[in-house]
Parts: sequence; C-alpha cells; structure tokens
Amino acid sequence: MQWTRDELDRMIACPQCDLLHRVAPVPDGARARCARCHTTLIAPRAGSMARVLALAVTGAVLMTVAVFFPFLDLSAAGRHVEASVFTAVLAFAEGWMTPLAVAVGAFVVGLPLARLLAVIWALAPLVMGRPPWPGAAEAFRLAETLRPWAMAEIFIIGVAIALVKVAGLATLSFGPAFWAFAGMVIVMALKDGMTDRQGVWRAIEEGRRRQRQRLRERAT
Amino acid sequence: MGLTAREAGLVACTSCLRLHPMGTRRCDRCGARLHSRKPRSLSRAWAWWWAGLIAYIPANLYPMLVTRQLFREHEATIVGGVIELVQHGDWFVGAIVFFASVMIPVAKFVAIAYLALSIRWRSMQSLHARHRLYEVVEFIGRWSMVDVFVVAILVALVQFDTLVAINPGIAAFCFALSVAFTMLSAQSFDPRTVWDAERTRP
Repeated sequence: MQWTRDELDRMIACPQCDLLHRVAPVPDGARARCARCHTTLIAPRAGSMARVLALAVTGAVLMTVAVFFPFLDLSAAGRHVEASVFTAVLAFAEGWMTPLAVAVGAFVVGLPLARLLAVIWALAPLVMGRPPWPGAAEAFRLAETLRPWAMAEIFIIGVAIALVKVAGLATLSFGPAFWAFAGMVIVMALKDGMTDRQGVWRAIEEGRRRQRQRLRERAT
Repeated sequence: MGLTAREAGLVACTSCLRLHPMGTRRCDRCGARLHSRKPRSLSRAWAWWWAGLIAYIPANLYPMLVTRQLFREHEATIVGGVIELVQHGDWFVGAIVFFASVMIPVAKFVAIAYLALSIRWRSMQSLHARHRLYEVVEFIGRWSMVDVFVVAILVALVQFDTLVAINPGIAAFCFALSVAFTMLSAQSFDPRTVWDAERTRP
C-alpha cells in the first residue's frame, strides 16, 4: 500500500496497541481514546500551552528555592540539625555508595528540573508566536521520556514517612525549602495534567513549516 | 476492528503518534527512533527482571539503616523497619512502608513474569486486563523508591554527633538498584505485542 504524507497526517496509531485511527476533530476539553485499548490519544486544551509554560517557569523557580534554602530543622537535647535537599542527597555520598547519591540527586532535583527546563525551551517561543528554537522537538520528547524517573512527588512522601519515624525523638520545623518543594510538586502535577501533547507536536510542526516558508520567501 | 499500523505497512512514532512508511528509522517530527515493535523486548525485560531479583535478595537480608546511639549500634532491615513502626503504634505509616517496599516489589516481579510468559505463549486471554496490568506496573513501580528517600532524609536529619546518628546500610543501595532494574524491565515491554496475539492466531 502506498500512502501520501497527507493521508498519513490524517491518521494516528495508538502507541499502546498500534491500532490505526482516522483523526476527527475533538472538541476542546474532551478526550479521544483508542477504540481497542482505551488509551487517551488526543486531549485538546485550548490555550493550555501558555498555562503549561507559566507552570513550568513557576516550578523551575520553586525548585531553585528548594535547593538553596533549609528544608527541615531538627532539634533534640539542645542541639540543632538543619537539613537541606542537598544534605539528603549527600546522605549516600560516602565511599562506594556515592553512585546512589548521584542517582538520588538526579531523581529528586536533576531530572525534575531538566523536565521543567526542557518544556520551557520547547514552549516559550511557540507561546510568543516565534519559530521554535533548535532542538525544541527533542526537548519536549525528553521531558516526556524522563517522566517516570523524575521522582519529586515520591520524595515528598518519603519526607512525610521520615518525619513520623523521628517524631518521638525530637522537635521538627519546616524550612522555606520544604514549602517551595511541595509547591513545585503540585505545580508539576498540574502541568503534566494540562499538557496537550498532540497540540504541542502540531504547533512545533506548524512553526517549523512557517519558518521554512519564510526562509524560502527571503531567498527568492 | 480496523487495521493496525503494521498491517497497513506503517510504523507509528510512540512518542508523537505520527505515522511513517515501514522501514523509516527516525520520526521526522520529534526525532524519536522508530520501531514497529521494540526489538528483543522480551529478552530485555527478562534480563532486567533477573538483575532486579538478584539485587532484591541482599536488599532484604542486609540492614537498610544503622543507628548508633551512644555506644549501642542498632540495625534495621526493610521488614524490621516495618515491624518497629507497627510496634510503635504507627499502623498507618507502617502499612504504607510495607506496601511500598514489600508488596509492590514482590507483586511487580510476579506481574512482569506473568506478562512476559503470556506474551511468549501468545495468549489471547484477557487482553484488556493484561494491558491494564502493564499500565499499573509502569505507574506504580517507581513508588517503591520512597524507602530509599526515607533513608536519605533520616541520615541527613539524625546526626547528633556521639548522641545518636543514623547511617545508610548496604540494603539501601541494593534496594535502589532493584527498583531501577525492575522499572527498566517494565519499560522494555512493548504493549503492542500483547495485542498482536489477537491477529496472528487464526
């Protein structure tokens, strides 16, 4: 069978079961699901790109605050221990466990921040109506692939469990970084729930097409 | 039921859903590598599965936390930590830790093995349920990492010189490896191969 690019663009295949679907217009706020395995294929959200960008910027700022300010403060028997996200990461940074410190740093800070920055890189020019920056598609794809490895929300649950464990032992207080980190987790969840992936891909494609056209016009 | 992309001589991008003629190497929109089905998905899934299982054994035998209190040293394994929480009366948190560090990892090993075997046998049984199981494994597996983070926070917080100090045990390292390996095992699957059974059998 021979297909033209136009025909291919009017279809999509389910990434989970490979079934072909003809793309029909989906109303805003609705979801188009795969006919066989019910995976969500298209979920248009009008104007969501600007909101997703705003949330990503907010998340990146909160993450920066969370890394540099004190996270928790524990006092017992007249002594103080101040822990930051950094000291938690460095908990394993002794001897042969150092690779685990690197991994924890990546799961808790590095990868969530990388995802946010990648989304900003991909969406900022599109929201401002400019042609996409080089690597926009790769950046957006990276943000999606890294999703299972960015574990900021799991870290917050870990903090809660750890607090219960030391509750009887000492008095605890939360530092500004704790609230910044918790806020970042919420912002990240909102951002991921709001992202209209097909919309972003179409916008990147459209932006590139217009850029090529403009270059061609300038050349003639 | 309609055609699959493969039956139509097409290969779909799993990252942006764009379609390409079979044999195309990379998606021209998002740059992702294209495979009609992930190559050697089952052997990869099994390799990571075994790696995860091997790391899971020391993760349970060795201590997760080493608490030094004055001159006494106290070691707690994963299961030991849960028992301590329960003895303390913290039933709820004990249940969460038990669920995340014992139930999820064990259930994940069973679920991945079952998925791999049923794909191998081209089982037509309960395709929907198995696809659902795959999604649950993908979604929930990463939450096991919570115990490693608990250790990290405790170690960072409880450092009162000679009075009391907590240090990480070998099990923390092994458990983190086990969780990462089983995540990679689940990611090696190609859920499309579950659905292929519907077509290749007469």
